[in-house]
Amino acid sequence: MNSLDPRIKRLHLKKDETEPVHTNSHLVTWEVFHQDKRGKQHAHVGAVHASSPELALIMAKEVFGRRGKTTNLWVVKTSDVFTFQTEDEDMFETTPEKTFRDPADYKVRDRIEKYRNTAKVI
Amino acid sequence: MNNEALKDLLYKMADDALIIGHRNSEWTGIGPMLEEDLAFSSMAQDKIGHAKALYQILHEILGEPEPDKVAFLREDEKLFKCCQFVELPIGEYDFSLVRQFLFDHAEAVRYDMLTGSSFQPLAQLAKKVKGEIKYHTMHADTFLKQLGHGTEESHARMQSALNYAMPYALGVFEKSELENDLISQQVFAGEDAAKKLWLEKITPVIEAAGLQLPKVADDKIVYGGRKGFHSEYLKSLLDEMCEVVRTDPEAEW
Repeated sequence: MNSLDPRIKRLHLKKDETEPVHTNSHLVTWEVFHQDKRGKQHAHVGAVHASSPELALIMAKEVFGRRGKTTNLWVVKTSDVFTFQTEDEDMFETTPEKTFRDPADYKVRDRIEKYRNTAKVI
Repeated sequence: MNNEALKDLLYKMADDALIIGHRNSEWTGIGPMLEEDLAFSSMAQDKIGHAKALYQILHEILGEPEPDKVAFLREDEKLFKCCQFVELPIGEYDFSLVRQFLFDHAEAVRYDMLTGSSFQPLAQLAKKVKGEIKYHTMHADTFLKQLGHGTEESHARMQSALNYAMPYALGVFEKSELENDLISQQVFAGEDAAKKLWLEKITPVIEAAGLQLPKVADDKIVYGGRKGFHSEYLKSLLDEMCEVVRTDPEAEW
């Protein structure tokens, strides 16, 4: 199957002899994302050590896909993850207070009931 | 259908899987790194599973004893039909990886041929194990290429393991006197056909790994296992593998 998302690189098992060979590479860590149902999001589950993306997938399959259902795995080189500094967590400090962004914050049940009742009358 | 020929085929496949599964499980806990320890152990478990499924067919359809009895209570090593390749000690990791590469491709080719077998239970099993074996050969191919191109030492180790393993690996395809019946009844297309497909599979991967396919003279191929002639290593493996069961064969687990 061709890549569904052209930005994503996929391991081609059938023509594996044409996969690039990684020379002089050392063990690095790869973050592993696990999908248990087609269409669902890939969830971060941990990391493996490997010297190439191919080996990272191979290791991830047995470390994180050894039980239960798996439909796919992603591996992302840990060094390719871009993130905030821990001390910048304060940017998110007041977010939990902004309950107006939470649908549960709106009491609409009364209005729905009211509308239903009017609809019946009509 | 010739039952003796079928039994011969099933026993050699099952015994190969049981013995390689036991051998590879010897890496559990001492693998080169945690991830690989897990992966190699899981694949060893898969092999034992394949052996069990094949012994089950022998038991349910061909009237042989139960899988556990067949696996652990055959006292005479002559009754085992595994090739000598799977009996060899695990050695260092280079050898175990090269053996996985050569053996698992042989197994993959055999199961692939069997997906069209006229013997339905075997055709169904062949389809069922396809995904597992795909992972096993992918693991072996990737390591072979990685280490073939790694350092001077890793390259030398892989080549020398390949040179040592090849006469044994060719012995996987030892012909049986009964195989003509299997071929004519379209159960299995035979060892020569399997060997040809196997060489077509492994040659490009060996080349991609920057390694040389060793040339082996016909009289250097290690045969005998299929007829019950084994290496010195099988007996000690069986003694260890069966030690607990044999202390009380009737125990309930």
